[in-house]
Amino acid sequence: MMLPAVIFFAAFALIPMCVAVYYSGLNWSGVGSATWVGLENWKSMLASGELWHSFWLTIALMFWCWVLQNPLGLVIGVFTAGAQRHRAVFGALYFIPLLFSSVAIGVTWSYILSPTFGLMDNLLKALGIGNGFENWLGNPHIALFVIACIISWQYIPFNALLYQSGVRQIPRSLYEAAMIDGAGPIRMFFSITLPQLKYTITTTTVLILTGTLTYFDLIYVVTNGGPGDATQVLAIDMYKQAFTNLNIGAGSVIAVVLAVFGLLLSIITLKFTGFNKMESQMEGA
Amino acid sequence: MKAVRRVSIGNLLFELFGVIWLVVGCYPVFYILTTSLRSQNGYLLGNPWVPPLHPTLQNYDQVIQSGFTRAFINSAIVSVSTVVLIVIFSLLLSYVVVRTRNPVVRTVFNWFVVGLAIPVQAAIIPVYILITKLGLYDTLLGMILPMVAFALPLSTLILVNFVRDIPNELYEAMGIEGANDFQIVFRLVAPLARPALISVAVYQFVQSWNNFLFPLVLTQSASVRVLPLAIVQFQGEHTMDVPVTMAAVVFSAIPLFLAYIFGGRYLRQGMLAGFGK
Repeated sequence: MMLPAVIFFAAFALIPMCVAVYYSGLNWSGVGSATWVGLENWKSMLASGELWHSFWLTIALMFWCWVLQNPLGLVIGVFTAGAQRHRAVFGALYFIPLLFSSVAIGVTWSYILSPTFGLMDNLLKALGIGNGFENWLGNPHIALFVIACIISWQYIPFNALLYQSGVRQIPRSLYEAAMIDGAGPIRMFFSITLPQLKYTITTTTVLILTGTLTYFDLIYVVTNGGPGDATQVLAIDMYKQAFTNLNIGAGSVIAVVLAVFGLLLSIITLKFTGFNKMESQMEGA
Repeated sequence: MKAVRRVSIGNLLFELFGVIWLVVGCYPVFYILTTSLRSQNGYLLGNPWVPPLHPTLQNYDQVIQSGFTRAFINSAIVSVSTVVLIVIFSLLLSYVVVRTRNPVVRTVFNWFVVGLAIPVQAAIIPVYILITKLGLYDTLLGMILPMVAFALPLSTLILVNFVRDIPNELYEAMGIEGANDFQIVFRLVAPLARPALISVAVYQFVQSWNNFLFPLVLTQSASVRVLPLAIVQFQGEHTMDVPVTMAAVVFSAIPLFLAYIFGGRYLRQGMLAGFGK
């Protein structure tokens, strides 16, 4: 009974993953004959500096996405967890960006941030901030951060949703006790809400980090790694090597780096959360 | 939280924050909708912040004329088949994982958990070569197979979490009546696990509807193009015609919008899919 799942998973996920390691030792364009070059691809990739550049960009993107998404998601989650009617309505509206594909969001934001007819520059001009003209995605110094902002815009609602359900599971009695002790809302937030949400914080952190590690769609659509190589994170680099330069070996080197990175992240996660435990997670968390 | 009813400056600021995020979060969506109703001239001349004075559906007309119906049907075929296969396969596997205590099953399950960590991007090159060798390059099936494979770990994990809470006595009762494993899965486990199944189905539908990397790498012809690819293609052809591209964006999100309006609760639960415990 478990055969279909096992076969599918092995054939299209697990085995390809291992084959990627083999491909990383090939000099191959994907068609025609391949020559085995051993660690040559690895040596040249590590020496070229391009891989390191992509690596650090990926780390930076993970950092910015975490910094932008986690605190905002938390506050919005607390906000929508409130019992007031209008907050439920707000919560329903906040969710809407999640209905669009990354591609659609990328296309939309590149128009909003466009230096010609873009909403953002239009707004800055109206408010008289700066000279009202900033090439948001064309400026290599800020492009990665702008990308992080767009990604965060897309995923903050998701993180907020996780926090909302986390907040709703905090026992009322804790707040009632704190009220009796005369604690104010800010005090209650830091002494009750925040500590009680520590598992949710772990979950969102893991999801943000693993998600950002391989983030591809939106960057491909919005900047395709540019300007220059200012947003060429690992996933984009891998795609370009393998499918634009037709250098399967070099692409596979990056793929393996991504996989190792992903596995490390998830091992750390398992250590902290015990996600694979067979016991129900409902009690005793 | 209800007890805090004092109207203080802090509370007011908090509400203000909520309103600000509403604008930040929803204005771009509003922008997509209003721009899609603008004429090309209206876009170039009018104020982009306010809705058009003379809304027009002509952009949608153009979108439909340009083959988006084809892409829509392709996306529907891919997403529905993907979801059906995922649900059946992961339900069967989760039943085995919960009901059998042997080391082989344990190992398989652990591999699936490890599989959660395999990024699609890391395996996409071999998958591309494999699909090409199977002669499935540039077919809908060629996209469906790997999409199913990569969705199985998470789906199985969610279902296992749910199926293991079904009481043992129920299985035993059905076993006494002489039901075989398949009957137990489809008559007992499936109905009881319905909420989890809906969550998995909804989540994976959204994922495959919006999937971009597999179609990008595994297809090229217009006849098998799915919606996200069609949007990119369309944007390339109409770089300056923003309204018509926005209409394409709205058109491609219609099913998810309808799903959200009529089953928002399921959609939100589905998106949380197991993480939200």
